[in-house]
Amino acid sequence: MKRKEKAEILSQEELAPGIWSLWLKSSMAAEARPGQFVGVYPKDGSRLLMRPISICDVDEEKTALRLVYRAGGNGTKEISSYKKGEKVDLLGVLGNGYDLSKMQGRKVILLGGGIGIPPMLYLAKELEYSGVHTNTVLGYANADLFLKADFDKVSDFVYVATMDGSVGTKGTVIDALNDGFIMADMLCACGPMPMLRAVKQYAQEQGMRAYISLEERMACGVGACLGCVTKTKEPDEHTHVNNTRICVEGPVFDASVVDI
Amino acid sequence: MNTKVSIAGVKLKNPVMTASGTFGSGMEYAEMTDLNRLGAIVTKGVADKPWPGNPTPRVAEVYGGMLNAIGLQNPGVDVFIERDLAFLKDYDVPVIVNVCGHTVEEYCAVVERLNDAPVAMYEINVSCPNVKQGALAFGQDAKVLEETTKAIRAVAKKPVIMKLSPNVTSIKDMALAAEAGGADAVSLINTLIGMKIDIEKQTFVLANKTGGFSGPAVKPVALRMVYDVAQAVQIPVIGMGGIASGEDAIEFLLAGATAVSVGTMNFIDPQTTAKVTDGIEAYMKRHKVSDIKELIGAVH
Repeated sequence: MKRKEKAEILSQEELAPGIWSLWLKSSMAAEARPGQFVGVYPKDGSRLLMRPISICDVDEEKTALRLVYRAGGNGTKEISSYKKGEKVDLLGVLGNGYDLSKMQGRKVILLGGGIGIPPMLYLAKELEYSGVHTNTVLGYANADLFLKADFDKVSDFVYVATMDGSVGTKGTVIDALNDGFIMADMLCACGPMPMLRAVKQYAQEQGMRAYISLEERMACGVGACLGCVTKTKEPDEHTHVNNTRICVEGPVFDASVVDI
Repeated sequence: MNTKVSIAGVKLKNPVMTASGTFGSGMEYAEMTDLNRLGAIVTKGVADKPWPGNPTPRVAEVYGGMLNAIGLQNPGVDVFIERDLAFLKDYDVPVIVNVCGHTVEEYCAVVERLNDAPVAMYEINVSCPNVKQGALAFGQDAKVLEETTKAIRAVAKKPVIMKLSPNVTSIKDMALAAEAGGADAVSLINTLIGMKIDIEKQTFVLANKTGGFSGPAVKPVALRMVYDVAQAVQIPVIGMGGIASGEDAIEFLLAGATAVSVGTMNFIDPQTTAKVTDGIEAYMKRHKVSDIKELIGAVH
């Protein structure tokens, strides 16, 4: 059940410049699925809207959520200043998440680009738990390989692409894919829009199914305001106008159904 | 303690409603707040046919509020009746349907289609700042507003609330025009037209360039307008604009609003309407007010 409730901060640390890892004690952990997100509310009254942040991990007893996010704007910068023991308002659990049943018996490639990397970790972990083999390709700006060590524990192989060429393939996750060493029959991806467009095209060319996680500016997070829509090929479920809600029908979509 | 109010003969158990566009049709919030506690539900705007709305980004945060330029994406009245009204019939709450259109004929078509549906009132959106053709055009010219109201009033079998735009020189004149056209009530304010620019990318934040400004930051403007309108018209006034607490709601009641709507704050806390209702009751207890009607327009 969706709800707004307080969560206690268990820890907060900076993994790389501007990239923060936040562990929260929250009952929402028991309901969370890979690909879902929560809304974190800033406390400063001038900043009202929740910040949608994907779930990066859930602890084994399912009592805590890990959020890894970029402190880019003033709201997320404020959130990064919160200390252990403080409480924060959360709205969750939001979004549809990945359907793991569609991945059983498949060989799956996980693609994460930049701040799209964190949600893929929870997916990698849950897939490993259910016996699905994954190869992961992580795209970073430079040698600050945040979360890579966590992926090494749960994914069969972890490839790295860096924009500056300091580690792994020089370029994007698509460049790493095009190196051709990675075989699979399904793709799951989260990252910036140009990357997701490239993933969609790659999947189409290879005849593979791809699930991509989209991002858009949001207000309510629960499907009421219709702020965060993406174009779809077919009439959407809610309004029948080929504009579907990312916060409810997404953020994870079969790449073939969205018109991005 | 009596918190019941009545608007054009429609009885509300309390004066706290939702503002159109911030609460869907209640469906999205039903698991997070008790819909039966609401004075009324005002649905998201519905047109005669599905409207796709504007390109994204459609929303942006600004200091103490937000901008939106959704563009009235809606599934059209047929789906609305089959799905949204069917859902709401299980709740003990009057339904006020917000109606939008590009032309007077389109407004009338929606109203006629809803006349025999389980709807308590219509709220006519003549004030959306985000739709290019029509909408706001009906709400910015007193003569056009009066004629539009008259045309809708002639076909409506339920009370008609005209929702007014603050983006006018004199909102009082617009309220008087709606009243002259036969409106049963007026609601205000719709959003203020605003803008946000991304200085790094040197571009507009919203794809629509401009958007409707709402949230706690607009409250003083809304309150002043509600006061001005309540002073001028005989019909009930529904006040809204940045209401976040019982205290905020009390201000609007004292300024002359018979009922209030919670809008943007639903996004910040889905329980806001319940907290506003509790806050009103606590205020009445504290001030030994036995009937909420004693508060309406008490400051003038």
